[in-house]
Amino acid sequence: MFLNFFFDLKNANLPVSLKEYLILMEAMDKNVLDSYKIDDFYYLSRSTLVKDERYLDKFDKVFSHSFKGLENTSEVENSEIPEEWLRLMGEKHLSEEEKKLIKSLGGWDKLMETLQQRLQEQKKRHEGGSKWIGTGGTSPFGANGYNPEGIRIGQSESRHKKAVKVWDKREFKNLDDDVELGTRNIKIALRRLRKFAREGAETELDLDGTIKSTAHKGYIDVKMVPERRNKIKVLIFFDVGGSMDAHIKICEELFSAARTEFKHMEYFYFHNCLYDYVWKDNARRYNEHQSTWDVLNKYPSDYKVIFVGDAEMSPYEVTYPGGSVEYLNDESGETWLSRTLGTYANAIWLNPVPREYWDRIASTTVIRQIFSDRMFPLTIEGIDHAMRELNK
Amino acid sequence: MKFEGTKSYIATEDLKVAVNAAITLERPIIVKGEPGTGKTMLAHEVASSLGLNIITWHIKSTTKAQQGLYEYDAVSRLRDSQLGDKKVSDISNYISKGKLWEAFESPERSILLIDEIDKADIEFPNDLLLELDKMEFFVYETGKTIKAKDRPIVIITSNNEKELPDAFLRRCFFHYIKFPDMDTMEKIVQVHFPDIKKNLIREAFKIFYDIRDVPGVKKKPSTSELIDWLKLLMTDDIDAKTLMEKDPNKLIPPLHGALLKNEQDVHLFERLAFISRRENDNSD
Repeated sequence: MFLNFFFDLKNANLPVSLKEYLILMEAMDKNVLDSYKIDDFYYLSRSTLVKDERYLDKFDKVFSHSFKGLENTSEVENSEIPEEWLRLMGEKHLSEEEKKLIKSLGGWDKLMETLQQRLQEQKKRHEGGSKWIGTGGTSPFGANGYNPEGIRIGQSESRHKKAVKVWDKREFKNLDDDVELGTRNIKIALRRLRKFAREGAETELDLDGTIKSTAHKGYIDVKMVPERRNKIKVLIFFDVGGSMDAHIKICEELFSAARTEFKHMEYFYFHNCLYDYVWKDNARRYNEHQSTWDVLNKYPSDYKVIFVGDAEMSPYEVTYPGGSVEYLNDESGETWLSRTLGTYANAIWLNPVPREYWDRIASTTVIRQIFSDRMFPLTIEGIDHAMRELNK
Repeated sequence: MKFEGTKSYIATEDLKVAVNAAITLERPIIVKGEPGTGKTMLAHEVASSLGLNIITWHIKSTTKAQQGLYEYDAVSRLRDSQLGDKKVSDISNYISKGKLWEAFESPERSILLIDEIDKADIEFPNDLLLELDKMEFFVYETGKTIKAKDRPIVIITSNNEKELPDAFLRRCFFHYIKFPDMDTMEKIVQVHFPDIKKNLIREAFKIFYDIRDVPGVKKKPSTSELIDWLKLLMTDDIDAKTLMEKDPNKLIPPLHGALLKNEQDVHLFERLAFISRRENDNSD
């Protein structure tokens, strides 16, 4: 039983290892739990097997699946029932005879099982009738219908008031990897990109150096070294305007997090694709722009480059000279992007559009190819991977 | 040896299971959670409830793993040698014990709190892997091995500023203290202020959870801030009626300084108060 559970966790991509499983067994062996309640086992296994709060939600789902024998919870997740299906559609009055008929359906567990099955089978909205999930019918699943054993879905109060199991509450839902994005989380993700080095004024005593040099010279010879600092240098290009307006909040968060995290950070704006000029102030973008050449020449090649944009445009804007929506560009966006990649070995593209949509957008595919697949979604997980890539 | 929570600390069921598992299996437990949910407190409470001695090791960004074991003071030995001090011949005079050594040497079982481990360098936890696993380490200068007589209960807290290495996590128990719900919070407040008035609590809670729910608040107030705020409300003798007042001029809760810790949040609240006042004026 527990082995199955363990492999279920593994299959759900939770980072569990044999070591942790053995610890769990050891704990069971030593009677850590003084009762045999499943709640306590849940707490114990959670504390042994989950080591990061972002996996708690996944763990709860797998636990519920393993110890209930339900089909597969994640599939039910995908077939979520829209609330409006179940909204009040009118009460249906039934005769005594009909009510008796309904009573004949099995108990609670049976109901749950059937619900699970039907959720998987049913993909359409349903009203009335006696089998499918919907409103006003006599099926045990749905709302505002009549069935003495019914399970209410999407109603303000449950008729059964049955206590929800702890793991089914899924209290940790919002801690999942790519849901919540605050500057603090971004900062932590950005922190992967650190390289400490000693540079600048010599302010610290170098103990080892002093001892070595003292022994060598025969008198006390104090050596100093500069303080350790993060010497990562970053150049960020932000896409602004147009389709990026929808992503302003997240870009602002990324910007403010990067501002505090990197001492050497320079940023520039562009629109849709990088062409021969960029600017630093959106209010005066038409008067005060800088040539992209100047930027490429000014910042040495040890800068790490981050592009932030949705890469959503007409493919011509990337591949053809004169394709820009704003002016007649002599060289194509592709040329400029490749030129930048040629100057800076470490460069990535962060895309606020979810990864699922990338393949459907031609320009995204083109830019991804130019970046040899170094495009990452703008989520905590994505930033994390991106920073690892930049560190290479 | 079992931890059951104390009079002054409300431990949830899952926390107790995790702590007891760590005690029985003699493995470290990592406690994470929002700031102010009582992570550090936990160690002290476990100590007082089990009647054990607690050794605290506060981690800073400059802390090295070696400092927890021992430090060899080469400079003073060098100085002594130039002055011809007799101490020089014995190297152990220049070795100062770290917190881990202290915990290992303690005559009875002790609790070692490693506070805010995420503050240290990324490599820090890795450097302690073996020491925490085997509960022993080797002192190169004297050639001695220090081994724990009674394996201490190790409690580690983290604020999630850095990810901890997998190898380290595998060897530990883990507990995430989630923000307490209304019921638990009421128990916690009861523990701190046994004679607080029921209706004051109710109104204060409403304001507190409302503030936590306002979107865009930079620093959400936590349990410890709620406790401080209640303390202030009680000493200033503010009653529930004042809190309940829906006077638009007083939309910012009294003594809000205890709850809102940065000026942007206070501004946000003032702005919200202003907007709701304007709406009220229009509806009149």
